[in-house]
Amino acid sequence: MALLKCENLTLGYDGVEILSGLSFEIEKGDYLCIVGENGSGKTTLMKTILGLRAPREGSVTFGEGLKKTDVGYLPQQSDFQRDFPASVREIVLSGCQNRMGLRPFYGKKEKALALENIEKMRLSDLKARSYRELSGGQQQRVLLARALCAAREILLLDEPVAGLDPRVTEEMYSIIDELNKRDKMTIIMISHDIRAALRYSNKILHIGSEVFFGTTEEYLESREMNTLGGHGNG
Amino acid sequence: MADLLSKVGLYLSYPFVQYALIVGVLISLCSSLLGVTLVLKRFSFIGDGLSHVAFGAMSIAAVLKLSNDMPLTLLITIICAVLLLRTGQNTKIKGDASIAMISVGALAVGYLLMNIFEPSGNISGDVCSTLFGSTSILTLSELDVWLCVILSIIVAAVFIFFYNKIFSVTFDESFAEATGTRASLYNLLIAVVIAVIIVLAMNLVGSLLISALVIFPALSAMRVFKSFKSVTVCSAALSVGCSLSGILLSVAFETPVGSTIVAVDIAVFFVFMLLGKLKR
Ligand SMILES: Nc1ncnc2c1ncn2[C@@H]1O[C@H](COP(=O)(O)OP(=O)(O)O)[C@@H](O)[C@H]1O
Ligand SMILES: [Mg+2]
Repeated sequence: MALLKCENLTLGYDGVEILSGLSFEIEKGDYLCIVGENGSGKTTLMKTILGLRAPREGSVTFGEGLKKTDVGYLPQQSDFQRDFPASVREIVLSGCQNRMGLRPFYGKKEKALALENIEKMRLSDLKARSYRELSGGQQQRVLLARALCAAREILLLDEPVAGLDPRVTEEMYSIIDELNKRDKMTIIMISHDIRAALRYSNKILHIGSEVFFGTTEEYLESREMNTLGGHGNG
Repeated sequence: MADLLSKVGLYLSYPFVQYALIVGVLISLCSSLLGVTLVLKRFSFIGDGLSHVAFGAMSIAAVLKLSNDMPLTLLITIICAVLLLRTGQNTKIKGDASIAMISVGALAVGYLLMNIFEPSGNISGDVCSTLFGSTSILTLSELDVWLCVILSIIVAAVFIFFYNKIFSVTFDESFAEATGTRASLYNLLIAVVIAVIIVLAMNLVGSLLISALVIFPALSAMRVFKSFKSVTVCSAALSVGCSLSGILLSVAFETPVGSTIVAVDIAVFFVFMLLGKLKR
């Protein structure tokens, strides 16, 4: 049984269909990159996987005992909550909420985990600062630290390196890679950065006018075929 | 000045003024707790709409000549809160429209009922006091006082118990939902608590001024403080402080309680706005 199985998904917003008949499944420990042009429906697909939107048709099934509370998620940056008064520490800690059940207050373990991820994301100097005073890249790191707190089995990332400078981008990729290789965390990442997608992932889902799902090697081969066939630019 | 002080001193020895102070402190404490959530979740529409619903419900209670209107008002307001939240979830615009419909409808029907049935002969006085609070806080029965005390304690306890969950859901609902926190359940909880707060606050400032009581302390605190916790603590302190001084001022100068409290809230807001500017 796969960790996550999407069967015959059709996605759309009132009246407009953006994707249809999409099926794929991923196993525990996979590193899946979702690529495709802007507006092809990558974010919508991720929201459907997360249960934030219902698919028009088809189904998303969690297997191998995967629960919603094992999921970590980095939303695509938008200007939500620009004015929200919250410190970096409070936000990262809120990533531990899915471990809490009905317990009302964070304990030592959650606080230690939050601190660990704050350090991982090099936010130690900023942890008492207000989220709304940070730069876009710093805010992105805060949300990633929160996602890392929440992720126990699977981590879904919607364009995690958008707005980050090259040095932090590389760090981000190596942190995610380490999570995947060392901690066996399953990763689903939406990325525009095809170079990184090819380098780190073991499976690729390409959506848009042409749909592809397979291993990264197969994807490379199919792209070479396309190049030989006369279009595409490598 | 000495005159004023002795006048306030004299009033303070009356039980009804003491009641008013106790209830005022508790209500303003509760109303400030969800201020940030209300301001930032765009729940303020619901808050506003509900205060009108509470007005309509109170008129119904008056027409039915209920000796105590709080239980009925509470029930109707909570039901409307849940309904508004449900419709609001479909799409943003439809939600706003239905809130406007329900709130303005409740106002109109409430006023109409009061006119047709004339529960007390002094309609404009009645309407005015439900809309602006007037002196209702000074005329609370013992039962009202107990109800207020118990409800306030429940609201505060619920808020503290669910503080971290309310934070998660308010800050980023999709993240909370995606990672297994039942956001819709907590939204429901927030809506019910808001309904209770509104019915409580109606006793203090009247239905038109509730939003001010809920929102001003949070807005003031947000100018100066940066973390959710410090904003929450500060707005609770501000709200209690403003209400206490508002009640005392209104006793001293014989002004309406509700609008005096809100006037103090507004003054404090401008002070905090300046403080916020200075801090930059
Ligand atoms: N809330 C929405 N309502 C209506 N249409 C939307 C909404 N969100 C996205 N879309 C449309 O759905 C399509 C896919 O969007 P999205 O999933 O964000 O694409 P991507 O993440 O691949 O850039 C786009 O054409 C976009 O305009
Ligand atoms: Mg997107």
